[in-house]
Amino acid sequence: MIISIASGKGGTGKTLVATSLALALKDSQKVRLLDCDVEEPNDHVFLKTNISGSEPVFIPVPKIDEAKCTRCGQCAEVCAFNAIAVLGEHVLTFPQLCHGCGACSYLCPEKAISEEKREMGVVEWGGADGIDFVQGKLTVGEAMAPPVIRTAKRHTDSDGISIIDSPPGTSCPVVESIEGSDFCLLVTEPTPFGLNDLVLAVGTVRQLGIACGVVLNRAGVGDNSVEDYCRRENIPILLTIPLDTEIARLYSRGITLVEGMPEWKDKFVGLFEGIKEIVDARSRSLKR
Amino acid sequence: MREVVVLSGKGGTGKTSIVGSLAALASGKVLADCDVDAADLHLLLSPSVKQENEFWSGQVAQIDEAKCTQCGLCQELCRFDAIKDYKVDPIACEGCGFCSHICPEEAITMRENMSGHWFVSDTKYGPLVHARLGIAQENSGKLVAQVRQEARRIAEEQGLEYIISDGPPGIGCPVISSLSGASLALMVTEPTLSGIHDLERVLGVCRHFGVPAMVCINKYDLNEENTRRIEDYCRSQEIKLAAKIPFDNAVTEAIVRGVPVVEYADGAVSREIEGLWDVISHP
Repeated sequence: MIISIASGKGGTGKTLVATSLALALKDSQKVRLLDCDVEEPNDHVFLKTNISGSEPVFIPVPKIDEAKCTRCGQCAEVCAFNAIAVLGEHVLTFPQLCHGCGACSYLCPEKAISEEKREMGVVEWGGADGIDFVQGKLTVGEAMAPPVIRTAKRHTDSDGISIIDSPPGTSCPVVESIEGSDFCLLVTEPTPFGLNDLVLAVGTVRQLGIACGVVLNRAGVGDNSVEDYCRRENIPILLTIPLDTEIARLYSRGITLVEGMPEWKDKFVGLFEGIKEIVDARSRSLKR
Repeated sequence: MREVVVLSGKGGTGKTSIVGSLAALASGKVLADCDVDAADLHLLLSPSVKQENEFWSGQVAQIDEAKCTQCGLCQELCRFDAIKDYKVDPIACEGCGFCSHICPEEAITMRENMSGHWFVSDTKYGPLVHARLGIAQENSGKLVAQVRQEARRIAEEQGLEYIISDGPPGIGCPVISSLSGASLALMVTEPTLSGIHDLERVLGVCRHFGVPAMVCINKYDLNEENTRRIEDYCRSQEIKLAAKIPFDNAVTEAIVRGVPVVEYADGAVSREIEGLWDVISHP
């Protein structure tokens, strides 16, 4: 089963939920945690990771053989991302704009374009506190997160439980991370900001046809608008975590909730059971 | 004209609350919400929308089933796995157009994609340019560029001294699009190990693009040891520490009321943000 953890708004507690859920389940399940927030991966801050392997993430970018090139301009014309320009006698490439689609090299009538690899990030894997751990890291200064996320997700474990920690937002990196999940857990907080961004995130999740539920974090401040919205939209609130200075302090020191307050382990196991019930019911109704 | 962009790396550190308060403190500015994925600034500024524009960006492949002979070449060549069973998955489609160029039957065309909206609004604090990216859309970086361009146009037209932008979290495409060419990046961080880790990465992006940065520590009293680490780090990197804001529930209460915290509470939080604006506006 693949469970992704997402949120529209940043800083609502995705990492807290992902790490504690993974650790709470490790005694009863085979658990793999994949940190797909490749712009700012933080799970490793909370876990004692032991990285045993890694692979660089490349994007294929064009390399022009000036001797063969006739400056016909076909490559510049087909490139949808303005990553090639022909200026007089010169062909300029802008590797940072290239999406690696391969159109230019395939369509060059002179076969003057080959592809070379440009590194834009890395995917690492290993163990962490008794679970399997995978993380993607986008190189600082690089813009495109999806290829790094795609590479990290190839390490999803189809047998056990894979937990995917997603980036915040609602656009392409989020879609790339949560696509293919059996369930998406949306972490939010009970404020107008939390509600506004939850509504957007629910839109994305529903567009992808993924079942979802909510974790309400920092409950006790703010208002009831998130709960009202969830009731109206029939979205289950599967776990509520109160606003608690002690929880915030543990988080600030890089200590997971289940490690710092072991009484939370059962609550995260309960969260998983809630998810499993929904996923099972859904697969039964699909079979019918 | 000076353009100040507020970033953080890590989400939820308080960017929008601080931008909302700077909106109330600064005079002669246009406001820009560059977090087009999950825009929240409008919730503090009660804008009245004056102008709504469609944002057309990028393309999506479309297969004409009548012409398609199911030869499979497009599926084989698409590197984004966006064509399955001779059908295009519009979410996976990167919009590169490769398939449309190679289809032997010319059965594939690229259609323009409406991927969001952007708005120009009036607020009691001045003009606000904001946007909403469509559900599960790409090109957030281009929408950010559109928002910035409009904000700049308004600032020039009205002779405004500042553009103050609320940036997105992370370090990728929309962050780079918000940051490049700005006069100053204000980093809002929190004294947590993840906050520090993410701050270091986003400061790396500022260095990469040559934008000067300042740091503001929000909820600094949550972990004073980590706050000292951030102070030491800023000193070692010669980055100015512009403010230390204490934790106060008033910040959340102001969000619930839908007003900038400096207009809601008189306490230490408001005084620190006033000092922060002083530092930014007197470089």
